[in-house]
This record gives sequence, C-alpha cells and structure tokens, in this order.
Amino acid sequence: MVKFTLNKRSVAVDVPGDTPLLWVLRDELGMTGTKFGCGIAQCGACTVHVYGQARRSCVTPISSIEGADVVTIEGLAASAGMAQGELHPVQAAWIEAQAPQCGYCQSGQIMQAAALLAESPEPTDEEISAGMAGNLCRCMAYIRIRKAIKLAAAPQNEGNTQ
Amino acid sequence: MTQHSNFSMTRRWFLALAGAGVTTGVLSTLAFARAPVGQAMGEGFQPTVWYAIAADGKITMHIHMAEMGQHVGTALSRIIAEELEADWDDVEFVHVDTDPKWGYMITGGSWSVNHNFFAFSRAGAAGRMALIEAGAREMGVPAAECIARKSKVIHGKQSISYGELVARGSVDRQFSKEELKAIELKPASERRLLNRDTVARDVPAKVDGSAIYGIDRTIDGMVYARPVMPPVRFGSRVTNWDDTAAKAVPGYIQTVEINDPTNTCQGWLVVVAESWTAASKAVDLLNVTWEGGSGKDTNEADLLAEGERLVNDNTAGSLFVLEGEPDAVLDTAEKVHEGLYQTHTVLHMQLEPGNALVWQDGDTWRVHAGNQWQSLTLPLVAKALEIDPANLVFETSYLGGGFGRRLFCDFVVPAALTAKAIGRPVKMVMARPDDAQFDCPRSPTVQKIRSVTDESGAMRAYDHACAAGWSTAPIAPAFLADGINGGKVDPFSISGADHWYTAETIRVRTVKNEKVHETFLPGNLRSVAPGYTLWAVETHMDEVANKLGQDPAAFRRSLLNASGRNAGEAPHAVGGAARLREVLDRVVEKSGWAKREDLPEGTGMGIAITAGQERAMPTWIATVAQVRVDRDTGEVTLQHLWASIDAGTLAHPDGALAQAEGALLWGASMAIHEGTEIENGLPRDQNLDTYTPMRMHQVPELHIDFVTNDYMPVGLGEPGVIGVAPAIGNAIFHATGARLRSIPMRPQDVLKALES
Repeated sequence: MVKFTLNKRSVAVDVPGDTPLLWVLRDELGMTGTKFGCGIAQCGACTVHVYGQARRSCVTPISSIEGADVVTIEGLAASAGMAQGELHPVQAAWIEAQAPQCGYCQSGQIMQAAALLAESPEPTDEEISAGMAGNLCRCMAYIRIRKAIKLAAAPQNEGNTQ
Repeated sequence: MTQHSNFSMTRRWFLALAGAGVTTGVLSTLAFARAPVGQAMGEGFQPTVWYAIAADGKITMHIHMAEMGQHVGTALSRIIAEELEADWDDVEFVHVDTDPKWGYMITGGSWSVNHNFFAFSRAGAAGRMALIEAGAREMGVPAAECIARKSKVIHGKQSISYGELVARGSVDRQFSKEELKAIELKPASERRLLNRDTVARDVPAKVDGSAIYGIDRTIDGMVYARPVMPPVRFGSRVTNWDDTAAKAVPGYIQTVEINDPTNTCQGWLVVVAESWTAASKAVDLLNVTWEGGSGKDTNEADLLAEGERLVNDNTAGSLFVLEGEPDAVLDTAEKVHEGLYQTHTVLHMQLEPGNALVWQDGDTWRVHAGNQWQSLTLPLVAKALEIDPANLVFETSYLGGGFGRRLFCDFVVPAALTAKAIGRPVKMVMARPDDAQFDCPRSPTVQKIRSVTDESGAMRAYDHACAAGWSTAPIAPAFLADGINGGKVDPFSISGADHWYTAETIRVRTVKNEKVHETFLPGNLRSVAPGYTLWAVETHMDEVANKLGQDPAAFRRSLLNASGRNAGEAPHAVGGAARLREVLDRVVEKSGWAKREDLPEGTGMGIAITAGQERAMPTWIATVAQVRVDRDTGEVTLQHLWASIDAGTLAHPDGALAQAEGALLWGASMAIHEGTEIENGLPRDQNLDTYTPMRMHQVPELHIDFVTNDYMPVGLGEPGVIGVAPAIGNAIFHATGARLRSIPMRPQDVLKALES
C-alpha cells in the first residue's frame, strides 16, 4: 500500500511498487488528464508535479511516491489556491492564446510551464525553449504555447498585456 | 486577432462545462461520461439532421467530423449559424455517433469545411426560412417584410425569438433534398460570422484535463490489453507461444490468439490483464515463435531502388495527366532538364498511441476510439466480429492526433476480437513501439522529372513519373480512378504532380511500388501525396530557374498564366493560377525576397508555391524559407518561414491560423528533423528517443499572411505543410550552392551535397 497526497487529498493504492505513477493516476484513481505518449520520458505528455517539481510520471515508480505531494492537471488550479471552478493563471493564458490543437500533450505542457514559471516567473525566450524542449507537441502548436507562457508571465509585469 | 475581447465568453463557456463535472479533487464517475460523443442530440425544431433548436433557444449542432485539433465543431457550427442568423452565444455542438443518417463519415483530406460548406450553409438557410415564415405568421405580418438576426425574427419594431417559436410549436417545416438544393445562399456582404474571429469551443476542456480521448474512457467490468506485435506487418503466423513466465505477473488474465476474418491482424496475440501495466509486463515475458513474414529482409534502400527502377521503366504504371505529346518535344530537345527526387519513410507518431475500447451492449457492439474514417472502419470491424454492421456503433472521442493515422483504424480489430474472445469489455492500448511498428507510414517515394524550356523559360514539355506505395489501394480500392491510357491510378498518391504551371505538353505517370506493399501498409500522412509530389515539382522548378539564370520567383510567376487547364473553375477554384500568382507576389514582398542577395554568407532564401490538397480543392500558398547552413557540420537552422495563403472564406480565422502554424512546422519537421528508414521490414525508429519531430527550441519565426476574400472555403489542415520542404531545400541551394534532392535533409546529407 502506497499513500500519498494527490491534489490535496490523501490517497492510498495497492499496486506493485514498480507500477509507474502515470498508470496509477489514470487507471486506479481516474485522473485521465495525465496522458500516455511514449513510456520512456521523451514526450512529456505524462508530466505532473511531485513536490512542485515537474516529473515524468510514466517512469516514476509508485514506490518512490510514498508520502509525496502530487498534483495533476485536474488539481493544478487548487494547488495554486484558486477557488473551485477557477483556472490556474497558466490555464487561463492557454485559453487566451488558444494554444491547444488536438490537446493531448497540453496537460503535460501546462504542468511543465507552471513549474517553469514557478521557478522563473519572467522567463526569457531561451529559458522557455530550454524549459519546454522536453515536451513534444505533435500538432506543433509551439507558437501559441510560447505565447501562452508569456501571457501567464505577464500579470507580474503590470501593464504588459501583450 | 480578437482573443482578448472574447475571453469572457470563453470563461463563461468553461464555467458552464465545469458545472457538469469536476475541476479539483478526484474525478467523479460523471467525468468519465463526458466523452464528446454519446451526449444527447439536440431536441426541438430540426429542419435537417444537422441541428436542432430547442424551446429555450439553445441551438445544438450535430457534428459528424472528428475533432483532432482543427476545432472542427466550431468551424462547422459557424457555417450553419451564419445562414441560420443564429446568435453565436446560443450555439452548442455535439459530436455524433455512426447512425447512417449522418451519411458518409470521413475526417481527412483537409476537407471538412470545404466539403460540408454548401450542405451546412443550406441547412442553416432552411432553418432561417422556416423560422421567418413561422415568425411572420405569429406576428401577423408578411414574411417578405421580416428579417432574421441573432436568433430572432424581426418585423420593424416587433420580434419573436427562435426559442419562442419552437416553444409555441409554430415551426415544423422539414426540407427535402430537392428543396435544400434549390436554396440560394445569402450574398457575402450579408455575412456576420464567417471571416470573423471567435474562440474555439473545444479549448477549455483541453486545458483542464477533462477532454476525453479514446484512451480515457472506461466501462464497468472492462479489462486492459496490449498486443504482441508480429515480426512484420504481413504474412506472420504464430507457431507456438508460452505464457509460463507471464503467469507470474499479478493481474495477468490470459493471452488471446487473434483469428481475424479480415486478415488485418496477421500473427497477432493480445494479452489481457487487470491493469495495463500488468498486460504490458506480461507481453514482454511472453515467449512466442512465428513463421513466415513478408518483407522481413527488406530495407529502405530496396524500396527506393525499386522505385527508381519503376520511374525509369516507361511501361510501368498509368497516366494521371496527359496533354499534348511530350515525347515529341523531349526526344528532339537540345537540352532536357532532368532530376531524380526522393522522400524517405515518415511515421505519424500521433501522441495518443493506437487504442480502442470495445464492448457488447445487448445486441449492439460499441467501439470508443479516435477515428477519422468511420465509414471505412465500421464495416471492417463488423466483418471481423462477424456481425451485421447495423449492430455496431462507433463513438468517436477526441483524437490525440490524427494526421491520417486514424483514417484506417485497423487497431480496432484486435481490440474487438479480444473482447469477443473473452466475453468482456476490453480496452486495448498499444505501447509506443507497438504503435510505430503497426503504423501506416508515408511510403518512401522516387520521382523523376524531365522538362524542356525555350530560351525565355516557357515550358515546352513537363514529364513527371512517381513511384510510391498507394495508400488507397489496399484499404479503399473503390477510390482508385481510371488511368488515362488504361490501368488504375490512385489520385491520393499522385495529387499535386498536376501542378498549375503552364506547359505546352504535360505527362504525369504514377506507378504503384509493390515492394512497399509487400513490406508494410503505406498510409495517408498529413499532406498526403502533395507532401512529396511538390517536393519534386518545386525543387525541379528551382533547378530550371537557376540553370536559365532566372530569379526563381520570377521564373515561377512567368509560368502562371491562368489559362486553359489552369484558368480555374467555380465554385472551388475561381481564378485558378492567378490566385497562386497573387500569393507569390505577396510572399515575395513580405519576405524581402528582392534583398536576398544581401543576406550574410551561408544564409539563403528559397521559395515554393503550392495548391494542395488537389485541383478540386486548391489552397493557394506561397512559402519562403530562410536558412543558415553551417558548412562544417551540415547543420541547417531554419530562421524564418513566410507564407501567404489564400484559402477563400475562413469559417474560423483563428483556427485557420493555428492550422497554418502547425502545418508549416510539420513541413519543416519532416524536411529537417524527422524521418526514418525501413530496416528488416519495420520502421527503424520506434519511439520518440530516436524519432525526432521538431521541438520548441527548433521553431523558426513564422510570418503568416492570409488573403481576405469571400470565395468558397477550401482546406487548411494540410496544405501549409507542402511547400516548406522544397522552400528549405531551395534556400539551402541559395545559401551554399548545394542541391538536395532527398528528404529528410539531415546534416550528413547536406555535407554530402556540399562536397559534390
């Protein structure tokens, strides 16, 4: 039995210790917003936060998560103190930029971007490139992903509405 | 762009959705039910099958095209709402099932807006006419004096809303096919929605994790499955398998041998378990031996060698275009421009791997999966299950990428046969390498072009031969066309070679490369044939221009006479090649083409003009690429892409822009970042560690310019892809003098070209 905190709630799962966190989230806990893409930490579709850091859940064994604080796309807004039904600023920026196309990679992109912005609130273009290079968007919606990250960063700069 | 002004509406839309589901905490079972399909169809007044107006004024559009990133529900709903004179805030849409009443279901070819434009416009107009008649009756005024705006019928100062008319039961007119056909659409000057921006309705669910893809749905009592892939696509047979080691995996249930009446699965096993990780582990522990296997020793070089043999054999294949007698010119010409062009195997690598959830619901079998071509896959799966197609329903979820991979949804077959074999609902998910092995890749191609020009550059003969796997032949042979001199042609495997340049004589010959078909199933991949035919055409035109000492843009322009076969026709190609000339002029101006000789050493600009996806639906695009080439490493840095695009009326301009952005980057990705080779009958690269589509740090600056007009809308998902590779190749030539005739253009290829 592995116990951890998922989106501010305590959960316990009884699965083999080498089960990747991704499949525990999706198939045991019903959190299907986190996606399966490659299974080898190359595409970033499975990105979640563990203790606030972006992690590839497809290669994270559940045994390593004992006691951890895990946040998925479904809990991102609440993790930032937003009220029920409200969006995280990164999600709101994603809508404003109309970033998603098929959308499959977008949970991972948003989780990665939120972690990037938490660390570097006003990232340069180079920092965005470096921070997001591990997240593949097969629709190639990169122009708007970058724009959304800048929009999300903008509220910290009063008057910068881009 | 007007995203800011529409933002509050997006929020409202999102909040409305959120009320039905969950935003924080563990998802409830309600969330699982929020698949895009399987929602209630609209209720109320339905002048045609395409929408319903309810008594509360809500208008529900019925979308029979699949959502895979193109925001198709928004675009198609705009078309109906335009003629219906609906208030856009009253409009919602649902994605429908596979009831025969929706007609033929295929989402591909960049066709959705173009092919549905008139039917959906007339459906909207029919509703408006019926509502005006009813409103006039209710208000006791002549219908001819009424207008409709924003979901209301208006006569002077009085008005009555659409919802009120439905609530009163005063509108029930149905329209026959003939009546619909006779409807004249309103003039473009009366449009209030098309060519005007809005936000995409599918976006909110794609940023909060609630959008349901094929892989996300669950059904009570279901088990998980992963297939065991045979050594190659065709001709393998399982001779023995042993699951002793697999049995030790907790949750392992059983292994199913797939006996497939459709022969889609040749030598397959599917492992079933209580969880996908258990099934996956068990697959790795299964001991299987196969016999047979077609093309097990075939490599990319063999496929290309066969292609080269075929293009050089004038008796091979069939004619797609013939005008005049090219041989009379070619045989007597002093100088023939000749080039041999290649493209390598390309994989889809759509991010959501192949998967399907299949279950039996009474007498009905149900499939939940991403699907671009229900009308093709449904009969196939019915045949596999040996049931009446009437007893099979597909529920199409959001697609985690289509790009043509989900046109032929062969992966539904093993899932269905497993569900049937074990008598339980099965969700089969392929691991990424399974998906790559079972992909329907874009065939490698070889093309030969010979042309003759006079001193001024006028084209006297154009002769194009192309050898490729034919995507249509194995899966939908009825879509093959007759060749001009007999035989068959696959229009989807040669389209684009019938370009819009004026030439005195033209011949296009297309040959099916059977060796490809013996090895794998060649499929449709974003941009389909124009993605390789225009690579050849536009590289060749550049070579000819340079040999003649002409500016490549000016040379192209001189061949765009818009006469004869290139004059265009209504309604889809009004203006013909003249519209290609216009986008060419625009991109030349916007890119600063005239100053390209001033670029720094090792930096160059190249141009390409294209009209994909086919002559029946030309999207006029001129593309300029600017690259910097490192002569020491062969590394190509794509700095800028300019594209001027005339796609006629835009149903959803911001969505059109998004498609153009993605398509241009796809073109660049295939040109210089991705691509694979067949090795021993399989794609060499089977996961995203070695198969390397473009990433964020490789994105060039995009400069996209849409021509604004009111012509019939064409397509946008794919056409932007087409010109990018040749524009890059031509830019490399401009930068270095090295001519590349094969894609992808990897550093080692550039170095080789620099040496020669």
